[in-house]
Amino acid sequence: MKERKTELEYAFPKTVPVMAGYLVLGAAYGILMADSGFGPVWSVAISIVVYAGSLQYLGVSLLATAVNPLYGFLMSFMLNARHLFYGISMLDKYRPVKRFKPYLIFGLTDETFSVLCAEEPPAEMDRDKVYFWVSFLDQCYWVLGTLLGAVLGSFLTFNTAGMDFALTALFVVIFVGQWEDRQGHPSALLGLTATAMCLLLFGQDNFIIPAMAVILLVLFAAYQRTRTGKGEMENGNIRN
Amino acid sequence: MGTLGIEIGIVAAMVAATVLSRFLPFWVFRGGRKTPPFVDFLGKTLPYATIGLLVIYCLKAPILSVKAQIAGGGNGGAAAWGLPELIAVAAVALLHKWKKNSLLSIGAGTVLYMVLVQVVFS
Repeated sequence: MKERKTELEYAFPKTVPVMAGYLVLGAAYGILMADSGFGPVWSVAISIVVYAGSLQYLGVSLLATAVNPLYGFLMSFMLNARHLFYGISMLDKYRPVKRFKPYLIFGLTDETFSVLCAEEPPAEMDRDKVYFWVSFLDQCYWVLGTLLGAVLGSFLTFNTAGMDFALTALFVVIFVGQWEDRQGHPSALLGLTATAMCLLLFGQDNFIIPAMAVILLVLFAAYQRTRTGKGEMENGNIRN
Repeated sequence: MGTLGIEIGIVAAMVAATVLSRFLPFWVFRGGRKTPPFVDFLGKTLPYATIGLLVIYCLKAPILSVKAQIAGGGNGGAAAWGLPELIAVAAVALLHKWKKNSLLSIGAGTVLYMVLVQVVFS
């Protein structure tokens, strides 16, 4: 008889793609921080208590220019507003969770969300533990990457240009995986087109918030149609 | 406030903003409070739209570069037309559709992209 897998053994392979992205991006963060005069103590501590990739990159310049913390808070919340989406998407999944819940919510980064939103652990496993291990392993990679970058950054000799494409590849892989589910097509296409149009209109520093607003408005319109014309749409399946 | 005080204040602001953005949905819809039907609907549709958003977010530099090429006459060469990203994204998508192995798709795609930007289109 095959020995039963532990939750850690089940969770680890799910996090390997994130490991590749986080070690590289975490190391790049450590290098950037060191370059601005903040050593491993700063960068590692921030990777533990903030743990938000793109915000930490922004934080390098916030710290270097010593901005007013209130302004820093507003900028940070703007950049982080997409996490509200992740939370709403995970409400049902995390509702029955008994243990580690505050940590699971704290650790809901882009990548952890993208792994867990599609994750259905086998019935015989302790779901709370699977979610915990995925979340915790991901943060370990991020912190470890940060430490490596902060300490060893100056000794890197091979050309790492293009390595951060691992993160793009991760999202493309998840997109292709979700595409298997036909009823997600309209929403997936909405995400692509609304975001691309906002990027072209508003430029790379200001497109995320408008893109989210457009996505929410279109989904709200689609939702209204389900209520007026019953049966046109079930389980989020938008039919025209 | 000294420099160290400001720096600690900035880190605290980053922590507060992150905690707020991650915990707010769970606080608003906590416990027995039933989530409104629209929020349920969002839960079923948003994950797809969000991954679409993140794909574009990752590709923002090449997309804007292509836009600049179209606006400026297009003499920037293959890399400015986003060819490395186009090839690598297509390779990742096809490889993943074929083999369905995340690690393989991501690893091979990243190595391909590094070769494209460092050697082929350098």
